[in-house]
Amino acid sequence: MSAAPEILRDTDLAERSLEERITHIWRTPSGIIGWLSSVDHKVIGLRYIVTAFTFMGLAGVAALIMRLQLAQPNMHVVNADRYDQLFTTHGSTMMFLFAVPVMEAFAVYFVPLMIGTRNVAFPRLNAFGYWVYLFGCIMLWASLFSNSGPDVGWFAYVPLSRGYGVGHRPDVWAQMITYTELAALAVAVEIVATVFKMRCPGMTLDRIPIFVWGGLVLAFMVLFAMPAVMVSSTMLILDRLVNTHFFDVSLGGDALLWQHLFWFFGHPEVYIIFLPGTAMISTMLPAFTRRPVFGYMAVVLSLAATAFFSFGLWVHHMFVTGLPRLGESFFTASSMAIAVPTGAQIFCWIATIWDGRPRFATPFLFICGFIFTFVIGGLTGVMVASVPLDTQVHDTYFVVAHFHYVLIGGAVFPLIGAVYYWFPKFTGRMLSETLGRWNFWFAFIGFQIAFFPMHILGLEGMPRRVYTYTPEMPWGGLNLISTIGAFIFATSFVLLLINVAKSLRSGVLAGDNPWNAETLEWATTSPPLPQNFTRIPVVSSRAPLWSGDDTFPVIAGMRADKREVLLTTLTEAEPDIRESSPGPSIWPLIAALTTGFTLLWSIYTPWAIVYGALPVAVSLIGWFWPKGTKEDES
Amino acid sequence: MRRWAALGVAVAVVSLAGCSGFQSVLNPEGDNAISIARLFWFFLTVCASIWIVVMAILAMSLVRARRNTAPETRDQRRMGFVIGGCVAASVIILVVFTLASFFTNKSIAAAPEDPLTVKVEAHQWWWQVTYLDKRIDHRFETANEIHVPVGRPILLQFESPDVIHSFWMPNLAGKQDVIPGRFTELTFTVEKPGIYRGQCAEFCGIEHAHMGMYVVAQEPFEFDKWRGRQIGDSVPPTNAMLRHGYMVFVSNACASCHTIRGTDAGGVVGPDLTHFGSRLSIAAGTVPNTMANLQGWIANPHGIKPYTQMPSVALAGDDLTAVSQYLESLK
Repeated sequence: MSAAPEILRDTDLAERSLEERITHIWRTPSGIIGWLSSVDHKVIGLRYIVTAFTFMGLAGVAALIMRLQLAQPNMHVVNADRYDQLFTTHGSTMMFLFAVPVMEAFAVYFVPLMIGTRNVAFPRLNAFGYWVYLFGCIMLWASLFSNSGPDVGWFAYVPLSRGYGVGHRPDVWAQMITYTELAALAVAVEIVATVFKMRCPGMTLDRIPIFVWGGLVLAFMVLFAMPAVMVSSTMLILDRLVNTHFFDVSLGGDALLWQHLFWFFGHPEVYIIFLPGTAMISTMLPAFTRRPVFGYMAVVLSLAATAFFSFGLWVHHMFVTGLPRLGESFFTASSMAIAVPTGAQIFCWIATIWDGRPRFATPFLFICGFIFTFVIGGLTGVMVASVPLDTQVHDTYFVVAHFHYVLIGGAVFPLIGAVYYWFPKFTGRMLSETLGRWNFWFAFIGFQIAFFPMHILGLEGMPRRVYTYTPEMPWGGLNLISTIGAFIFATSFVLLLINVAKSLRSGVLAGDNPWNAETLEWATTSPPLPQNFTRIPVVSSRAPLWSGDDTFPVIAGMRADKREVLLTTLTEAEPDIRESSPGPSIWPLIAALTTGFTLLWSIYTPWAIVYGALPVAVSLIGWFWPKGTKEDES
Repeated sequence: MRRWAALGVAVAVVSLAGCSGFQSVLNPEGDNAISIARLFWFFLTVCASIWIVVMAILAMSLVRARRNTAPETRDQRRMGFVIGGCVAASVIILVVFTLASFFTNKSIAAAPEDPLTVKVEAHQWWWQVTYLDKRIDHRFETANEIHVPVGRPILLQFESPDVIHSFWMPNLAGKQDVIPGRFTELTFTVEKPGIYRGQCAEFCGIEHAHMGMYVVAQEPFEFDKWRGRQIGDSVPPTNAMLRHGYMVFVSNACASCHTIRGTDAGGVVGPDLTHFGSRLSIAAGTVPNTMANLQGWIANPHGIKPYTQMPSVALAGDDLTAVSQYLESLK
């Protein structure tokens, strides 16, 4: 390691001027171009979170319209055509544009902070992913507002989506998948590389915060699951655009091939959403029970085991397609088996509460609401894993109730809790506890009123995806109750919005670590400086902020005149290489725009791929044009 | 909290047990549905108990008096054992569940002896029903309604010419998808005479909500009587009004889509109407088969089922009355 005289290191500077200098190097440039060029993981993470919540709000409004339509038999709030677009857009948005991106967004924001580094591994790819994702969101919703929203369900089963759709609606769905999966894969690669190589010194594998484990598991699941749906949606659009015959039954194609590919993605998808939710629970719980989570090892292994199992049970979405009985029984067994690691996590959390001293702040209320609700969803999940039971409840409101209990109970409740927990870190201000309690009780009670009756509706024979029902069916009463519950539930999100708006301006100042939590993101300022940590910390335990000391050992010798991160070894996290980290660039946005327009255009003609390749190539060449910088020193 | 939880479960169980209906999983009258319902109550009882126990422990851990000391190793180890025990218990319960559903599955999938075989073809958005028979002249076709004798196994063989549908008669059996290019079937025995309703359970396009059907289970001798009538051709019109109605039917667009056996009407696009007057419903279970509903349906099908493939046929008032009376006379 030969330091040339002009190189400035952190050891050469006083504390104050070092901080100013490093902040200056890592800050996002001002001005509109600067804003669009940002590669700061915190800026991009927050953009993801705000965008995801925005589209969740829209999809929630879509759900309320559907609930009004179903409140009584033969209602005419919307017609069947509109209803089909609404339920397809609701499902697609919640799964592809809200749940997965928002979980990834929290990982993008917090993984670098929790592992004590300054940015994610591929910052420009991160920016690119966000812009592509935004493009997909806008395209889907612009289609809905122009009456060309997809209307074949979020699962887009062939042959309905292949040859029976109206206009270009199914193509919009297929390309929306392409956009969001591009973004998801980009984030997954970043998270894996970041967690593997950028942990601060001393953060060995058994000291990684559980939330970071959750992010890592999420990233690996995305890497293995998403290609299946990208392949299938590409096959679908090829069938529709250039008349291939992947799914054309009359010419040797197969209708069930779609379902196998889709659910090979679709089932892990549920766990892609749910596992980060559990990781949030495990991360928040210590702060509110004042003890580390019980059974760190069991929890981490449960995360990994659940992820592994989740790839072996896609067929339980296909129990009524007439597959061989023995094969079905295998998938019953595997679907039951996944309840074991999930149950183990729940037992560990209850043990943590049992042994801790609970503090009933809003995030903790959401944790309790999560356990109450999710256990119901998990148990109905065990029921639908049984082939005979599934042949009755499959595609009925029982299943609608089941997966809303799992996804809202298992992922949205932890997520709202996480918003209350980390809002001080995002903004430097606390959310109001009073409003927080109102928020929780509206969410919790509204949710139960909205979704519990659906179990009974399903058993009374109400199928999913019906836009209305006849008065002779005895479903009016429970549907009305459910609609009322849906509005109470929706009110809780209005309360959250009010709380955020008020607290942004006048919330109590938080300080670095308002909850007295254990993980590294609380070691820096709220909100964090652009560089996260002026000096890279060194940790020597799983709960670095609970070690009893106010001061931290840090690494010295990092450059103070350019963006630099520290790479460490995979398992022991020993300092390995100092590497420069890319600065702001407008090229990711340009590349996302050219890619986005090419994909959008390809809905109408296959030639778009040919013509569109040119601007995409230009933007990528611009992005990767050699800047003449020297190779990094090791 | 525990008392609330118990109360909540009690309310749920009562409301489940109290509801009955002609399209309900909880009111089973077919062998297949009966064994599934038995399995359901077993699962529900065990799952509800588990939930109550877990919630009780959670509630206790929230309110229990706590020492202020740091956690002790001895306690930690004891808690580890308790958790290990809980995990072991869940494994045992899940194995029991898996075996229970395996054996139920095996029993409902057993091949029936001497079944009544009916071919069911699912269309957007109605059900074509063909009774198969070795004697070709004993085969006949109907729509949106399957009559069956009680006590005899029924074998339904499914086909779909368009998209995926799913046949579901909750009182009688679990559902079975109907998939283009695939051969699927379903077997069950109805235990009690009655009228059971079902509807398509797989999203099949814009009128998925209006794709219902009925199973009418009859004593064997009644079924044979019904079958005998259905095998025969349609009843010829007996008076001037009905003859006028018949002429309206064959001289308008009706006959190009619908068949009435024994007449010139031979269309194969829509349902066979040979014995239309004997059916329970119009437009695949959308409205009851009454004279008023039929007139409304013919005059403006989209008023009853907005996206039905049946076109509006402009008819004069007396033509409409006559054709409706004729169709209702086809018992």
